[in-house]
Amino acid sequence: MAVAGFYLRRLYTIFKGEVLVLPSRVVVFLFFLVVLFLPIVTQDPYLLRILILTSIFAILAASWDLLSGFTGQLNFGHALFFGVGAYTSALLNLHARIPPSGSIPLGALGAVLAGLIIGIPCLRLRGTYLALTTLAFPIILMGIVFAIPDITGGELGVSGLDRLSRSRVSDYYITVVLMLGLCTIMWKITDSNTGVIFHAIREDELAVRTAGINTTRYKLLAFSLSGFFAGIAGGLYAHFMRIAGPSTLEVSMSFTVVIWAVFGGIVTIYGPVGAVFILFPVLEFLRFWPEFRMLMFAVVILFILLYMPDGLLPWLRDKIEEECPRCKIRNVATRKTCRVCTAPLD
Amino acid sequence: MIIDIIISGLINGSVYALLAIGFSLIFGVARIVNIAHTAFYMVASYCIYYATHQMGVHPVLAMLVAIGLVTLIGLICYKLFIDPIREHEAAVLIATIALAIAMQEIMLLIFTGDFLSVPALVTGYLKIFEVKIAYQQLLTFAVALLILAGVWALLKKTRLGLAIRSTAEDREVANLMGMNESRVAMMTMAVSVGLAAFAGAVVVPLSVVHPHMWMHPLIMMMAVVVLGGLGSLKGSFVGAYILGLAESLVVFLIPMGAFLKGSVALSIMILVLLIRPEGLFGVAFEEER
Repeated sequence: MAVAGFYLRRLYTIFKGEVLVLPSRVVVFLFFLVVLFLPIVTQDPYLLRILILTSIFAILAASWDLLSGFTGQLNFGHALFFGVGAYTSALLNLHARIPPSGSIPLGALGAVLAGLIIGIPCLRLRGTYLALTTLAFPIILMGIVFAIPDITGGELGVSGLDRLSRSRVSDYYITVVLMLGLCTIMWKITDSNTGVIFHAIREDELAVRTAGINTTRYKLLAFSLSGFFAGIAGGLYAHFMRIAGPSTLEVSMSFTVVIWAVFGGIVTIYGPVGAVFILFPVLEFLRFWPEFRMLMFAVVILFILLYMPDGLLPWLRDKIEEECPRCKIRNVATRKTCRVCTAPLD
Repeated sequence: MIIDIIISGLINGSVYALLAIGFSLIFGVARIVNIAHTAFYMVASYCIYYATHQMGVHPVLAMLVAIGLVTLIGLICYKLFIDPIREHEAAVLIATIALAIAMQEIMLLIFTGDFLSVPALVTGYLKIFEVKIAYQQLLTFAVALLILAGVWALLKKTRLGLAIRSTAEDREVANLMGMNESRVAMMTMAVSVGLAAFAGAVVVPLSVVHPHMWMHPLIMMMAVVVLGGLGSLKGSFVGAYILGLAESLVVFLIPMGAFLKGSVALSIMILVLLIRPEGLFGVAFEEER
């Protein structure tokens, strides 16, 4: 009993020292709690459906950030990974009868392959050239999808897939836990050595090469990692909607991902996730005025960008937290001195 | 058949050239990737439709008014939404995407999603080797060439053109030489949107007007710009005709070609980029560090 009490107290101390000190960490903690325990409060299928789709797109937006935000390889064709993941897992499920637990990872591998295939020609391009070239790939694939309707179902897509699981609630848990897990992994990747190199490539590729780092390898790694996560999102989407259609490859799909990520704030991972969790449900609840939905979406984004060009979440974070000028540790904005080195904050 | 292919290829090519030159001008001068470029082209088409059908204005007058109006709208959008955030490239990018979506939705609200059309300016056709060529097609082609020549003259012969070209080459030095960089950017935006509106006016009698008509030209325009080399006018011109002809070849010769027209054009672009990463006529410009 005493031992259990000791560990409990220690856990509480760690929790108090690591989570409660910063409002942003409290928000992330609350977000985990709410998302994980929501089905206990309500099991409304419509609400769960929205949250499932939100989680899927959150993975997608975060994977865009991993590639384009961190390495600066502006990818305008992120729908390619999503679409390849969706179509691969759909076709494998339908023809080879592989259950979702196998077809989604295989679809993700297909997307990795797509990432390598487009990564290799794109390595020689940078900036705007790269952005405009990557835009081309999903459109090329869409043309192929339409041209061979026998295999891909053309405009109707591949339908009649297996369900993700038996019930809506277990669907919810599968996608949400995957979302939380994958986003944490992505965040950890960007925090690791590899992530630092990604970041450095974005800032100054020449300097990274001068430091003896094979940037080509790291850029390809970024393409395939991003493709993997986006492919999982695509596979989940195909199995949840039980259809993989050409809408997954559309230009507007690629643009929406970019909008989400930049709206939430790039080079953060949490930014795009938060943005999807704000924008996607809001867009759903605007369904009462279907004709104004997209217009309001666009106008809101235009005005938010005017005031916070770095994205919404970093802007909010800067409002409630302050960086210590001496030790670069973040503090609550209400503090007068730094919580670690006691340097005065101003 | 061959004549058909050539005619439609040339017309598509000239429209893409008009669009691509405008796009590449504003990119060169202000480093703005203006996704909304073809949305202005769509708005211009709608303005002409509205003026001719709802107000009964003569089509030529309607076109001139539409070009002026759309240029004005473009400048207002630039001042309001793009100029304040020019420092943040990613933000500018989505601002233009959002602008394009907003314009599409506004047109959808006003005119619904119906396919509309504007009557041809001139009727009748010419017969060459048993192939009918409508006078409207010839007119469109001729006007497009005329405008392209006008742009060329503007850029090479006037002081404004000199300012635009020098700013495109090196923004900082142009600023040091006493050119007002933001004014030049503003003027370039006007020229660029004006060109998009011209393209809309030229193409409207030959095509249907609908709120999603900006998507396909956007993709083709980007392919043209990348193929020809960003910021190279000659490149945009040649690239536009290459892709225009390739597109009509695919549509006429391959079964199911209408689906593949985008794919083939974009594959050509990627193939060229594999051999020459800076495009056909692009100069590999110094990395801005």
